[in-house]
Order: sequence, then C-alpha cells, then structure tokens
Amino acid sequence: MTLLRACGVSLRRGDRAVVSNASLTLARGRVIGLIGPNGAGKSTFMRLLAGLQPPDCGHVALLGHDMGRISPALRARQLAFVPQQGEPPPPMPVRALVALGRLPHGQVNGHAARHPAVARALAATGLQDLCARAATDLSGGERARMNVARALATDTPVMLADEPIAALDPAHALSMMQLFRQQAGQGRGIVVVLHDLVLATRFCDELVLMDGGATIRHGPAAQVLDDDVMRTVYGVTARRVGDAVVPWALCR
Amino acid sequence: MKPAPYAALLNIVLLAGVVGLSCASLMWGETRVMFTHALADLLAGRDSAGAIIVGQLRLPRTLLAIMVGGTLGLSGAVLQGYLRNPLADPGILGVSGGAALGAVSVFYTGLMQVSILALPLGGLAGALGAAAVLVGLVGGGGALVLLLAGAALSSLAAALTALVLNLVPSPYASFEIMHWLMGSLTDRTFTHVWICLPGVVCGGLLMLSAGRALDALALGEDVAQSLGFRLHGIRSVQTRIVLGTALAVGSCVAVSGAIGFVGLVVPHLLRPLAGYQPSRLLVPAFLGGSVLLLGADMVVRAVATGTELQLGVLTALVGAPFFLARVIVLKRGVS
Repeated sequence: MTLLRACGVSLRRGDRAVVSNASLTLARGRVIGLIGPNGAGKSTFMRLLAGLQPPDCGHVALLGHDMGRISPALRARQLAFVPQQGEPPPPMPVRALVALGRLPHGQVNGHAARHPAVARALAATGLQDLCARAATDLSGGERARMNVARALATDTPVMLADEPIAALDPAHALSMMQLFRQQAGQGRGIVVVLHDLVLATRFCDELVLMDGGATIRHGPAAQVLDDDVMRTVYGVTARRVGDAVVPWALCR
Repeated sequence: MKPAPYAALLNIVLLAGVVGLSCASLMWGETRVMFTHALADLLAGRDSAGAIIVGQLRLPRTLLAIMVGGTLGLSGAVLQGYLRNPLADPGILGVSGGAALGAVSVFYTGLMQVSILALPLGGLAGALGAAAVLVGLVGGGGALVLLLAGAALSSLAAALTALVLNLVPSPYASFEIMHWLMGSLTDRTFTHVWICLPGVVCGGLLMLSAGRALDALALGEDVAQSLGFRLHGIRSVQTRIVLGTALAVGSCVAVSGAIGFVGLVVPHLLRPLAGYQPSRLLVPAFLGGSVLLLGADMVVRAVATGTELQLGVLTALVGAPFFLARVIVLKRGVS
C-alpha cells in the first residue's frame, strides 16, 4: 500500500530551482534512504514531502489524499517529521518533550506523558533512564534520539527523518537504523536522509539519489550507487566491501 | 519531570496571593475606613462614605490591578514563548505605543473636556489601530517579520507621541501627558473597568488558546507545523497571538497608561516553577502579574510623598535592577 507519493515536485527560491521534478513513492513497511551531496535539495524535498511547504508544481499525496487538501491536524496524525538538528531544546524534561508528540491526538501534559506510546518511544530510543533529565543537559546524540522518540510517540504510519544519525556515534547510529527497520517491520513507512552510504546500503530497502534538486536515480543500493554516480555526483572514487559502498578518495 | 500537582500548587499559591492582596487593597488606603461596616453598607446599597471609598475607589482600582497586571504577565509569557525570545514583552509589538499615542492625542485635541471616556477610548482606538497596521504589515510573515514590524511601529508611535508633546500648547497639558504616560491606577472608576474588561477577556482567551501551539513551538517552527499547527496566515497561531495581545494590552494601556517590566519580569520569575513548559506558564504568569501589580499599587499608596509615585515608575524602578541581577546570574551560569 502506498503511504506517501510525490510526483514531479518542484520548488523555486528566487531564480534558483531548489527542487526540480523530484519524485518518490513510499510503501508500507519500507525504509527509503534519501541520499545526495550537500546542497542537493534533500532537506527542502523532505519539507515538501512533510507538507510543511506547498510545491510550485507537481503534487504530494499522503495515504492517497492530496497533501494540499488535508487539514494540518489530520496530516499530523499520519505523518511525523524529524527536522535536521537546529535550535537547542528548552530545558524541559525529556519525557515532557517526547510527550509533545501526542499533541496531534489532543493529549497534553500528564495525560500525554503517561500514554503508552510515549513509554514505547522512550524505550525504543533507549532514553528511559534519561526521561527525567532536562533536555538541555543531553548530548548531541541523545538529543537526536529524543527528536526521533518525539516523532515515534505520535504513532503515525509515515515518518520522515532528516539526517537523524548525523550526530550519532557508530553504535547509536547502528541502533537507530535498526530501530527504523524494526518500525518499518511494524508497518510504518520511513524516509530518512542519510550521508552514511554504508548504513544506507545496509538498512534501506531503496535509495533515492538527489543531485541539483532532482531525484536522478532510485532503486536498490547496488543499482543506485555505481562507480559512475560516486564519481559524477559525489566527486569521489569508491571501494566495495561486501555489499557496502565505501567512499575512498577524492577524484582529481 | 515536574509532576502536575506541582503546577497546580503554583497556581493555588499565586491565586491565594491575588485574593489576599485584593482584600488588603480593599481594606487599606489613605483614608481609614471600618472595612466591615463599609462592606455591609456597600452590600445593603447604603451610600456611606466608607461604602463609596471601598466600592467606587478601591474596588475598581483593585480590579484594574488584577486585570492590567495579569494581562501584562500573560502577554509577556505568550510573546516570549511565541518569539522564543526571553526579552520579548508586550511593548515589543508597538500596541502599547499605539495606545499611548491615541491617549496623548486626546489630551492634545482637548477631547478630555468632552467626556471622561475620551481618554481610555482614545487609547483603545490607538491600540486597535496599531494592531490593525501590525496584522496588515505582518500578513503571512513569520516571527522575525513580526518583531521588526513591531519595532518599526513602536518607534513611529514614540516619535508621534513626542511630536504631540512637542506641539502641545499648554505646559499644564504637557505635564498631564507626561504623568499619564508613566502609568497609574489612581482615580480610576468602574467606567475604566468596563472599558478594559471586554478586551482583556477576549484577548486573554485568544492568548490562552495558543498554549498548545507554544509548547510545540518550543521544538522549532518546522516541528510545530508538523504537529498540526498553522503558524502563518489568517487562521494561524500568530494571528491569535497578535490579536489577543493587541486587544488585551491595548485595553489595559488605554486605562492605566504604560506600565513597564511586568510583562518581562513575571514570566522570567515563574518559568522554572512551571517546568519551562510554555503552556503551563500562562495561568501562573497571569496570576503572578496580578500579584506584582497589586503589590506595587499598594507600595505606591504607602510611600508618603507629596505627589503619589506613579505605578509605572515603581515597576520600572524595581524591574530594571531585578533584570540586571538576572543578567549577572545568567552570565555566571554561562562562564
């Protein structure tokens, strides 16, 4: 079943096309890795997919409904979004911040904090022991896990995460990717922006490669990440270790 | 995590403060009256001197202190939450400036002589005019546009107010204007309460309705939007906050003059006690603002000087050093 579909989506900022003719189809139970070099338009495409901004042309459909026509409240109950780490959180306790994920369901404060989805999200991200701590006292990696926990707490069929493992050490990055896989196993569809091509290859069902605002390739990692792509899009040569593609040296 | 009873306790303590100070404010003043007798006369509808003092002088003054202080505290908490800027206060939107300009224009044109209502109504018209300009200017723009538009509007209102002061022909009128601009609750009547009340109630409800959105905004605009809140446009959280603040603060400034620092200081003081959650700060900020202004108004009455100390002067005198102390504490925390 298709959860989220974007067809020929474009967005301009001034004279510059930030996203041009980008497409993506997310089915239930799948993890899609959205990859591409810096400035390829991944984050903007994610905002369009999340319905935070309407595209100039093309369309996005969530569970078969045109994104532009869905009310923000209904959209929030079907799609959770984890933005790139930006501003620091307020010094609220971690559990209270994760419980904000229940806002789309109209649950607040103690009622939200006691919801089983919050406990599940804290457990899934390994934050149970930190749930009473002020969010400002968390490390960068813990903060990233808290943001994912907040999205999980909403309990939506679709989750979009923009570079959720950028601040994580290898162990936590692995466990986060395992968490995404496990969540997909429970029927969610997940789109995750990644720069780590090794983890992208290992954990994603499909990769969508962006360059210059367009989605130029999609499919299994082996098809998407060939030597030509690594050279022309990323400007590096690559070596293969098993199935994984490891960026090796800059192209001269 | 701060448990819910803790937040409830904070509200109960502050409410007790409001009730206690209100009683004190009714019982105590320049003229000694037997409060129980005055109250009995008031309830029985007898026009004794005590009943008149308590019912027509102290009661409206007390009610206005609760409404004005509460509104300033609440709007400070809402604006600081919305702009995610601890320096935001109700004056930042330029609505207070608009109210002051409206009131000062009434002094200038001599409309004061026509009716006692002219001054607060002029203030209210100024506040609503400023709010309309602000909403028009900001449109679908975000928090930054709101801040800049507010700053521009404040400067313009301040410049026009200075112009009126400059052009006013009589030094007496000029003194009156200066005096009014300092903010006070002296000699206010139930007419002032009725002028202030609708704006405070409607504006207060609009601001309170934004509580959940403020919680979501603590995580950033993208997250708040993804959690289902409209941030921009006519039906957005921003419109509710701007309109709510403008209505409530405009109505208050129109009757009391400009009273500074309450909106800035009260949310700062109470935020840690509310667990840093913006929505949980709103009711305590209202009650805390009321407590502060009731207390300040009693101090103003108690300080025996030739001319009564203006309320706005006192809040600024206490507020500014307090704020400096906060800065020093913050600096120590950072370094």
